[in-house]
Amino acid sequence: MDYEKDSLRLKRRGIVRKAITYTLLGLWALIVLFPFYWMLLTSVKSYSAYNAEYVPSFFTLSPTLQNYVDAFTTVNLARYFANTVIFTLATTAIMMVVIIFAAYAFARLDFPGRDLVFGLFLSLMMIPAELVVITNFVTITNWGMRNTFWGLILPSVTSVFYIYLLKENFEQIPEELYKAAKVDGTSDLKYLFKVMLPISQPTVVTIVILKVIECWNSYVWPRLITDDETRFLVSNGIQEIRENGFGRENIPAMMAAVVVISVPLIVLFLIFRKKIMAGVSRGGTKG
Amino acid sequence: MQKKNWKAWLYLLPAIAFLSVFMVYPLIDVFVYSFEEGYNSASQTFWGTGLYNYSYVLHDPYFLQAVKNTFILVIITVPVSTGLALLISLGLNSIRRLRDFFQTVFFLPYVTNTLAVGMVFMILFKKTPYSDGLINLLIRFFGGQSVDFIDGPYWAKLLVMCIYTVWVVMPFKILILTSALASVPQDYYNAARVDGTPPLRIFTRITLPMIAPMVFYLVITGFIGAFKAYSDEVAIFGTNLNAAGMNTIVGYVYDMLYGDSGGYPSYASAAALILFAIVLTITVINLMISRKSTQF
Amino acid sequence: MKVVLDHLTKKFPNRSKKGGDVIAVNDFTFEIPDGKLIGLLGPSGCGKSTTLNLICGLETPTEGRIFFGEDDVTHLPPENRGVGLVFQNYALYPHMTVLQNILFPLQNLKGEARPSKEEMRRRAEEAARLVQIDMLLDRRPSELSGGQQQRVAIARALVKTPRVLLLDEPLSNLDARLRLQTREEIRRIQRETGVTTIFVTHDQEEAMSISDLIIVMKDGFVHQIGKPQTVYDEPRNLFVATFLGTPQINLFEGRVENGRLYIGQDAVMKVDCADREKLTVGIRPEGFVLQEDGPLCCALQAVEVMGRDHSVVSTHPAAISTTIRSIIPSEETPQMKSGSVRFRLKPFKTYLFDAGTGERIPFSAV
Repeated sequence: MDYEKDSLRLKRRGIVRKAITYTLLGLWALIVLFPFYWMLLTSVKSYSAYNAEYVPSFFTLSPTLQNYVDAFTTVNLARYFANTVIFTLATTAIMMVVIIFAAYAFARLDFPGRDLVFGLFLSLMMIPAELVVITNFVTITNWGMRNTFWGLILPSVTSVFYIYLLKENFEQIPEELYKAAKVDGTSDLKYLFKVMLPISQPTVVTIVILKVIECWNSYVWPRLITDDETRFLVSNGIQEIRENGFGRENIPAMMAAVVVISVPLIVLFLIFRKKIMAGVSRGGTKG
Repeated sequence: MQKKNWKAWLYLLPAIAFLSVFMVYPLIDVFVYSFEEGYNSASQTFWGTGLYNYSYVLHDPYFLQAVKNTFILVIITVPVSTGLALLISLGLNSIRRLRDFFQTVFFLPYVTNTLAVGMVFMILFKKTPYSDGLINLLIRFFGGQSVDFIDGPYWAKLLVMCIYTVWVVMPFKILILTSALASVPQDYYNAARVDGTPPLRIFTRITLPMIAPMVFYLVITGFIGAFKAYSDEVAIFGTNLNAAGMNTIVGYVYDMLYGDSGGYPSYASAAALILFAIVLTITVINLMISRKSTQF
Repeated sequence: MKVVLDHLTKKFPNRSKKGGDVIAVNDFTFEIPDGKLIGLLGPSGCGKSTTLNLICGLETPTEGRIFFGEDDVTHLPPENRGVGLVFQNYALYPHMTVLQNILFPLQNLKGEARPSKEEMRRRAEEAARLVQIDMLLDRRPSELSGGQQQRVAIARALVKTPRVLLLDEPLSNLDARLRLQTREEIRRIQRETGVTTIFVTHDQEEAMSISDLIIVMKDGFVHQIGKPQTVYDEPRNLFVATFLGTPQINLFEGRVENGRLYIGQDAVMKVDCADREKLTVGIRPEGFVLQEDGPLCCALQAVEVMGRDHSVVSTHPAAISTTIRSIIPSEETPQMKSGSVRFRLKPFKTYLFDAGTGERIPFSAV
């Protein structure tokens, strides 16, 4: 039958197409994962073994943790790590307070000039960071805050975009709830913390995660503002290791350091995979 | 009522204070800096106002090199990454098994420290006395000539830079395009099937127009992002980008501000404003094109 | 073109739990005559949409065959079947004008089948004229009302002169007034083109009013096929009887004893069927006649004035539903004061069903 031949041909074409699709996707997955594999692999090769390999081997039979020990002892990796944690937590926490209050004022309180101020806020979203970083650098230097946590933290504790995101979310909470709370004699602040924040929890969590990622990976501002090694964040630390530290010859130890600073975010990602991806597609930009 | 107004401003106070000091004031200040000639950051004095800073920057060979590098990077990586991301998203949308796995893997670069992974790329591409590096071995295996991608010829360095940039920007684009594709109602595809539309025609006449707004969004943000490239280059070539001949415009701004050749906020401001003007122009052009071709 | 469904079965693998497959369409055999308008009717999830998808080729059957005329199309992809499909939400391409939408199927044709540009345009305009949207050709779908979008969708389905036209819930996205108008429009278009048309609906009134034949489905099974009036008058089982007709048929628990039909204590009718302990009695609302010494005695609740008729709401101890609704001409009014109302029953509006299987038990009044 002609029809049967037809359907057989279609079936075969479908299988071929599937095979091509999976090959393509698999190839890209390989390209994405390979650097991670390579960093992990190199970090457990011993220094002498690594340097003896003209053709690098794709696995090692004698993994060693010596590189991790080296990474933590030759430079102050633990210190960079602690600095980054402090910086990340403090920046995120302060920013959340600032933006929650601002978003609340815009979303729920009625005051003259609100729309004008909000419009001005929004117009600030278009300002690229590169434009304001110059003066901020001078400001922080003049304030004597170079090589301090405050100098690192202060310029990045507001985000107009996150205020906007949160305000939109707050506004979706029905007005009736606010009126009901007023009738019950709830104060504005109590309403904010007992009603609005719990309802907006998904958005709040998204913002926190995005901010944590941003803080953990920040490089440019910390580089400008810190030259004292005791205040380095991981990004600056790793760059320093590479250029002036053991990274120049001891590649395995450098890779160990790279693994150490990459792991926290990867773990965070694997835990909050759905949330992070949803959050980024709603608001994140990079690239 | 009066009391409430007062309260509202109180809630806004921290945000307004921080934004004024770190956004609004610097914005004005950067213009001021850019016109102050011969500004000395130690004594905070200058000897005149005018366009000298712009003229200096525009005649600085390092700046011109940075502009050239940035433009090449933008022109290559934006179309390549957008096209590749579209291809991968189409693949992702057509499968069911392993889809979650692939999506997770593809998103991974987004959450990693680009500086750290950049070093892995450096190792893969670098030629050292001990080893030619994995990539060069691969090239040799396929019968090519090995090249030092990190300290070698200009085109090789550019190539690494573009490859790494594409690797870094792909997750975001794949994520956006996958959800854009998934949001095209299945009925359109069924209708097209009943009408016997060939696959390529389904793609060009139905899929592409339906996701066009998102593609334009990605192109615009891609342009903006690529023009601001900096830390990816540092990751591969080190902080002294001028020496490597691989500086970008943003890198030039920072170098002028601080670092080996630093201490010139006026030049930095002028360069930053030139960058802003370029990005603004290109964004406006992009927006005009996208308005015209996504009207429905 | 007649459409023959031969033991058509579609099973879906059960995703949620480990267990058997979900049978969406079960052993459907029927020959749809050429040039008729067929209503495929049933509650949601009954398998009617799956049947439609099987006919147009978006799904392939697990078992059974489909013929268009003499051609076996069972394994043919949709584009080779020559079907036109109108989607529930119309699926008009938002970035194309009305004309481009209608032209789209023609532009997909290849080789000899592909008409010239002028011919395409002529046919598109003809289809547009048929559905009376020829003055809207340059608009975009977003600029049209729901009813107009519906017409564009029909024109797009008709433009390549399909052998079979399929409509999936064609009226469900329209408001009540447009619905009446559009269903007559569908009838007219079908008459003018003479194309065999199958439409899916969950609204029995819609199906009854315009179909030549209706097919009543539930849980993947075809319960009854026939002319709308026949199916209404002679329901094969309890499901069909309750699904068709508004207000719904009234159900009672009853029994047959010594050739008499009892509803509760009331002997309502002499019947010729064998005695039965337990059965379900169905009485259409128009099957009640007010009569002072009528055998069925109900407690009167309310009389709703509906203009031409009165709707009498009452209760009866043997009734399965909480209230009984009967429609009587407005010149006869029950006495509200009396608190009760007595009815005589029209035998041909009264149906007996097996209390277990729901199958209809034939009888005639004597």
